[in-house]
Amino acid sequence: MRPDNLLYPAPRGLYCEKGDFYIDPVQPVERALITHGHADHARAGHAHVLATRETLDIMRIRYGDGFCGASQIASLGETITVNGVTVRFHPAGHVLGSAQIAVEADGTRIVVSGDYKRRPDRTCRAFEPVRCDVFITEATFGLPVFHHPDDGAEIARLLMSLRQFPERAHMVGAYALGKAQRVIALLRQQGYDDPIHIHGALAKLCEYYQSEGIDLGEIRPATLAGESRQDLAGAIVIGPPSAFADRWARRFAEPLAVFASGWMLIRQRAKQRGVELPLVISDHCDWAELTGTIREIAPAEVWVTHGREEALVRWCELQGIPARPLHLVGYDDEGE
Amino acid sequence: MKAFAELLDRLVLTPQRNAKIRLLADYFREAGDPSRGYALAAIAGTLSLNTVKPQLIRDLLLERMDDVLFRYSYDYVGDLAETVSLVWEPPQERVAADIPLGEVVERLQMAGRSEVRSLVRDTLDQLDTSGRFAFLKLVTGGLRIGVSARLAKQALAEMGGKDVSEIETLWHGLTPPYLPLFLWLNGEADMPVLKTPAVFHAVMLATPVGEGDLAGLDPADFAAEWKWDGIRVQLANIGGVRRLYSRSGDEISGAFPEILEAADFTGVIDGELLVGGTARSNQATGTFADLQQRLNRKTVNRKMLEDYPAFIRGYDILFSGERDIRSEPFQTRREVLSAVIEAASPQHFDLSPLVPFSTWEELDRLRSNPPDPVIEGVMLKRLDSPYVAGRAKGPWFKWKREPFNIDAVLMYAQRGHGKRSSYYSDFTFGVWTESDGQTVLVPVGKAYFGFTDAELEILDRFVRDNTVERFGPVRAVRAEPDAGFVVEVAFEGLNRSTRHKSGVAMRFPRIARLRADKLPRDADRLETLQAMIEEKALR
Repeated sequence: MRPDNLLYPAPRGLYCEKGDFYIDPVQPVERALITHGHADHARAGHAHVLATRETLDIMRIRYGDGFCGASQIASLGETITVNGVTVRFHPAGHVLGSAQIAVEADGTRIVVSGDYKRRPDRTCRAFEPVRCDVFITEATFGLPVFHHPDDGAEIARLLMSLRQFPERAHMVGAYALGKAQRVIALLRQQGYDDPIHIHGALAKLCEYYQSEGIDLGEIRPATLAGESRQDLAGAIVIGPPSAFADRWARRFAEPLAVFASGWMLIRQRAKQRGVELPLVISDHCDWAELTGTIREIAPAEVWVTHGREEALVRWCELQGIPARPLHLVGYDDEGE
Repeated sequence: MKAFAELLDRLVLTPQRNAKIRLLADYFREAGDPSRGYALAAIAGTLSLNTVKPQLIRDLLLERMDDVLFRYSYDYVGDLAETVSLVWEPPQERVAADIPLGEVVERLQMAGRSEVRSLVRDTLDQLDTSGRFAFLKLVTGGLRIGVSARLAKQALAEMGGKDVSEIETLWHGLTPPYLPLFLWLNGEADMPVLKTPAVFHAVMLATPVGEGDLAGLDPADFAAEWKWDGIRVQLANIGGVRRLYSRSGDEISGAFPEILEAADFTGVIDGELLVGGTARSNQATGTFADLQQRLNRKTVNRKMLEDYPAFIRGYDILFSGERDIRSEPFQTRREVLSAVIEAASPQHFDLSPLVPFSTWEELDRLRSNPPDPVIEGVMLKRLDSPYVAGRAKGPWFKWKREPFNIDAVLMYAQRGHGKRSSYYSDFTFGVWTESDGQTVLVPVGKAYFGFTDAELEILDRFVRDNTVERFGPVRAVRAEPDAGFVVEVAFEGLNRSTRHKSGVAMRFPRIARLRADKLPRDADRLETLQAMIEEKALR
């Protein structure tokens, strides 16, 4: 079977006609396979959802019990047949529960990476390379400029700033699913054991990570009544990036704006957002990891989706690997 | 290089002055010699290096990288040094052993023309990403980090527990990498003694006249002078070295060669740098806008010299010949100054005239209605005051003319930085004018201070509740004749401007009061501002 008959981009997302299902559809569909719980990939309102147990739990936390008609757990490595098409979920290393989805029919196998990373991360299972004919890779950081530094060194910069500015509350912007918990886990790994304060929007997901056996140490709400401004001087407060530009941030002692994101590599990005201490910590691959993964998997063909598709396609061409952009719409290229 | 690169990255993103000082002082404490001295020079603008053209950097990169991928990268990042620092790949995995900044600078200074290319390539191979960025900014001469020489000196003072005026006094007598300076700041040596004494001496500053300040003072103890609207300078000619410094100690000799040439007396004088002509040559004093044509230039052409001739209006004298007379009383110094100026070139020097007065009320009237539009108030100096660096309260006062005031309508707001990053605190305001037969608002200025914290809360709430449009970080707010927010804007001066749509530019605008009692339709009109400019020209 030709790969582009097995899977192709349709208005509602990547579609498998033979199996009659979508992968990470952007609008409600009859049958959806979901790679991970980020809101642009996992939307509410599908009739039937197939995803890992953790991804289903996360969707339930975010959207409530009625997030879909019926759900089915996909265990990692388990072979599931959907209308004659074989599908298998493999860990992607992006956030808790994230998976790549291998789709196979008539001897043709396509692996949809979803979002993925190759760095060790104590909060989720490591990416597992899967042999395939076509590898559909994300390209969020698909430009040669992106080289994510060592995450431990970035966390050390935050701890250094806490020593230099002990009178200021360090307000760390981090997305609620994955990044926030990873930053907390990294801080704990470096021996930081003071309580970490979190914005209300992070509470349920942090609790869920902890219930899954990921140790985040002592977490406190940042909005406890009675806690005065000075109490949080020199403390770490983690919240969604949007919260720090909001009135909410004013209660803290001389807030120092920190943002943990792969985008923070670009100085102008940090400057525009008023970030004083950018931490380059990403849940995606950098350029070297994207190209390294393609080399490792050695697929016959590469399809590139959301992000800077053209540069990765160009790189594949230079390596003699057939590649093309998928031009899927509806994914948040910037949300990291 | 790592420590210096990290310092630059932090400084660029840190808006608060005190936080910048702390970052700098910590760096100076921890970095070794000579790296910290070169870092200081790079920040204060005293480091001279053979610079490298951006084209060379690009060529070096394209030796190793596909040009299409480079173009995608450059388009995305937008800054050549930053792009190259990010995409540069050392030939093999090497443990990035840090090279100290001092070594990088010295290698560059020693390299011959033909060696530069391979030196830049090797250095890029040996640095990490941030290090490459700092290095490229250094060698292309594009280090812009929002730190003045003055701030760097303040950090040095903080580091060594010294007074910044002591550092100012030494500054121009020392050169990178400033080893004796750091030895002294570390308490390991005495204060350096300078070979050439032609250095900057921290200037004496006045405090503003506050409510009731003059009540207990006798007018007979004071001399009054006009406060001219130019820039305060210090001119030194000592030991055969002539230098012109700004008030903060930055050397500006290069921009005013005619003054340096005319300074044929020995000594150090304090005065106002102005353009136009001296009183002694019977010409009018130019405005601050005229003076601006000559500021911030490294060199100056013939036409500039003819169109905007500069001169110094003398206020005071610190050294007469080689003799330090700062401890003499003002009255005595003034007599010495008068004699020096009398003998100096009449086109380039005149004496700031004294303003005779016998009561504070009389001076108040004079101050409010000065005889020249380039006067912004009066200065009061105790006749017995010695010349003391800094801003002590008592010996010298400045009594400014009342500011101009208009009522304007808030039009746009932008979020502030640092402490104010969660507040809309930078405001653009406008006044009414006719355009194509319609009455519309035209922006006339921008202000981000003047209000109290409580008033900022009110302004911020108004912006959030009345946003009608967003342009990136800027919000347009509701501004209609019957709905909007009126503020009273105070400013020091007004000039015609071709760069602003309204045709006027304000100096030091600030929000003086919130006028919640007024409707936007009651705000001022552009014609009022235009009339102010004309009135000023007539005065």
